Amino acid sequence: MTGRKPRGAITVEAVHMTMKFGDFTALDDVSIKIRAGSFHALLGENGAGKSTLVKCIMGFYHATSGEMLVEGFDAQMTDPKAAQELGLGMVYQHFTLVPSLTGAENLVISRADVPAVIDWRAERARLDAFMQTMPFSVPLDQPVSRMAAGEKQKLEIVKQLYLGNRFLILDEPTSVLTPAEADEVLGYVRAMTRAGEITVLMITHKFREVTAFADEVSILRRGQYVGGGKVGEISIEEMSRAMMGAAPEVSERNRAETVKTPVLTLKGVKAVDSSGLKTIEIDAVTLHSGEILGIAGISGNGQMELMEILTGQRRLTGGEIRLNGQPFGMTRAEARAHKLRYLPEEPLRNACAPRMSVAENLAFRMFDEGPGGRSAFWKDGRAIARNATALIEAFKVKTASPAARIASLSGGNVQRAVLGRELSGEVDALIVSNPCFGLDFSAVSAIRDRLIEARNTGTAILLISEDLDEIMELSDRILVMSEGRVSFETPIETANVTELGQHMAGHG
Amino acid sequence: MRLMLGAEAVVIPLGALLAGFAAFSLFLLVLGKSPVEFFALVWKAGFSSAFSWQNTLSRSAPLVLAALCVALPARLGLVVIGGEGAIVLGGLAAGVTGLAVGGLPGVLGMGLMAAAGMVLGGLWIGAVGALRIKRGVNETISSLLMAYIAIALFNHFVEGLFRDPGSLNKPSTAPLAESLRVGDMPFISAHWGVVAGALACILCWILLEKTTLGFAARIAGDNIRAAQVQGLPVGPLVIGFTALGGAFAGLAGFFEVSAVHGSANGSLIAGYGYTGILVAFLARHNPLAIFPVAILLGGFEASSGLIQRRMDLPDATILVFQGMVFIIILLSEALYGRFAIFTPAYWERR
Repeated sequence: MTGRKPRGAITVEAVHMTMKFGDFTALDDVSIKIRAGSFHALLGENGAGKSTLVKCIMGFYHATSGEMLVEGFDAQMTDPKAAQELGLGMVYQHFTLVPSLTGAENLVISRADVPAVIDWRAERARLDAFMQTMPFSVPLDQPVSRMAAGEKQKLEIVKQLYLGNRFLILDEPTSVLTPAEADEVLGYVRAMTRAGEITVLMITHKFREVTAFADEVSILRRGQYVGGGKVGEISIEEMSRAMMGAAPEVSERNRAETVKTPVLTLKGVKAVDSSGLKTIEIDAVTLHSGEILGIAGISGNGQMELMEILTGQRRLTGGEIRLNGQPFGMTRAEARAHKLRYLPEEPLRNACAPRMSVAENLAFRMFDEGPGGRSAFWKDGRAIARNATALIEAFKVKTASPAARIASLSGGNVQRAVLGRELSGEVDALIVSNPCFGLDFSAVSAIRDRLIEARNTGTAILLISEDLDEIMELSDRILVMSEGRVSFETPIETANVTELGQHMAGHG
Repeated sequence: MRLMLGAEAVVIPLGALLAGFAAFSLFLLVLGKSPVEFFALVWKAGFSSAFSWQNTLSRSAPLVLAALCVALPARLGLVVIGGEGAIVLGGLAAGVTGLAVGGLPGVLGMGLMAAAGMVLGGLWIGAVGALRIKRGVNETISSLLMAYIAIALFNHFVEGLFRDPGSLNKPSTAPLAESLRVGDMPFISAHWGVVAGALACILCWILLEKTTLGFAARIAGDNIRAAQVQGLPVGPLVIGFTALGGAFAGLAGFFEVSAVHGSANGSLIAGYGYTGILVAFLARHNPLAIFPVAILLGGFEASSGLIQRRMDLPDATILVFQGMVFIIILLSEALYGRFAIFTPAYWERR
């Protein structure tokens, strides 16, 4: 390895990178070359291997096989420090600044060689000189906590340059920015690549950012390199097809004819999103009995907030939700009267009390069910035990004993227990979020069978999922959510993965 | 097997208590005092005679009620440490009410005094729960700060508006009529507050273990998201449980005023609310365990005077002891689930 290049962009190349976690191949023989001074976009769905690839490049993971070249020389990325010494830096999706310190303080303390006693005046003079060379300014004297998201993101980029890094990986840099802020930040980044100062690899799933800012693009799907080239030579359709893959077979599962009457309607629903910066606005959505309504979208486009709205965890700032024609306030009594059930994602985190027993967790829905629909005052221990034995048996939950803590069960068994709890008895409406996240193939198949079975008996199912294959396989009708709004609707018969992909990427 | 599963909740706190004894013995050895003499004196002052039992029991009554003020919110995952404030204000409310109801028959008058104490205590700690739910204020800090406010208010009223002009060097409210003093129980020379404490423990145990409200509170305390998805009324549960805990602490204030001091005065600020925290944690927030634990710690408190005189140790020695036990109890929380012998899987395999 020759000495480090003092200034200017560098070329980084990954050759035949493979990364295995146990039996699972996260990255399969991927080769990608990012030329000096280029703005390279890395596209792919959730779980396509983008993060794994950049973590291998940055030395957080040791690739199972394959090698890295920096400026054409073999580079051993043994740990993140090695990558940094070669001038490779990463800007994470979430901010890594210290909120209570000012911009200047954040920059200085990020250096590896800060002395124990800092001469702030000298540092400040050097910083000012450094900022003169930057194409944009950031407020150095303000605490980070008072900066807007766009300013923080710019400061993160400035920090990398201040540390002397010439190859930057940006991990979805615009996910926390407004569209105007995103354009501004990416515009500056592009200007710096054009000037030959830095090389950029940007992870994204937004086609607009690719076509508007990047020079080249590489697309990953299921850990493999599936396409790429110069932006402009490759069309959005081609990118979308590569990213989403061939359309999966529409399910062979037996779909019965069902009577469709409106069950759940959302009208003009408004709420603040989890970042507090954007709003969720859903104009009109109607869920019918006997159908599965799939809500597709890339994570962070408002689906999580929609689930929280429907479960009563997020306050509405406007609009109204009706259940079977009556205003719905998301209370336990209403959900019970209308036979509405929920299956939130990551059941151990969102639907279980981890320190309570399996039997107790299975009782969450029935424990206060009194005679005649009234809620009971006395807890019936025997009924809880009977309920647990029956559900454990019927849904094949593998547990040492009903008295074991639910947190001691495997993910598939927790999911089966929650499924058993929520799907037993009559169910008229079901709201589901990413039901198969993190489960193995057989568990996934069993859960999907259950959902189709429920649909065939007339249950109205709202399926929120980030897995487009799952949406395509199960839904009767598909909505796409993008930027907190429903941007597209199609019945399954005319649904087309490429088109859906474009809408998901905000390119309708 | 069921026995072994339950044993974890007894063995670990008991072990922690013994470790606390051992650590405190070391402390005494460093001071050049005999740990044997210390524990012998605790036995003598707290548990050896009818007189010492009277002393112990009358101290354990407020401890039991104060511990419930910690244990009930704990079911919802809240750490409320400001029971002292509810005791003090409950005592003040009872003392002042007592002056107004002097003409009524004794039982009715005492009932009104107890009710006044419980209502004010319940409002005080219920406000802590409401702040948590409505404004996201940390309940541990707010309850502690509100205890300081409560003590300041208490002093303000006892030294001002409600001061008995006859109380010269110790500001007090006017003494209660003899008919409003809670007396001793037959056979045992301790006041009825002990029985009230025992009944309160049983009631709380039934509420927590046998009713759907207690079950819903456990769900919310373990995972608030799951409780919300189930549509459980998390807000009312939090406010209700904190208010009930505060009501019990207020009841402790009533017994202190009516059975022990005869009027509301500075003796009410005796730290029972803080020792009650230790009782609740030692009892793992189980109401049935609170009663025996309160008697044990009541005995230690009762012995503090004798230890001071005989061993020439300062008054605060018992506080050092309590602090050491408390820290070891908190450390022992990390041990739950670590011993295979207490898990169902271990017994399933055999």
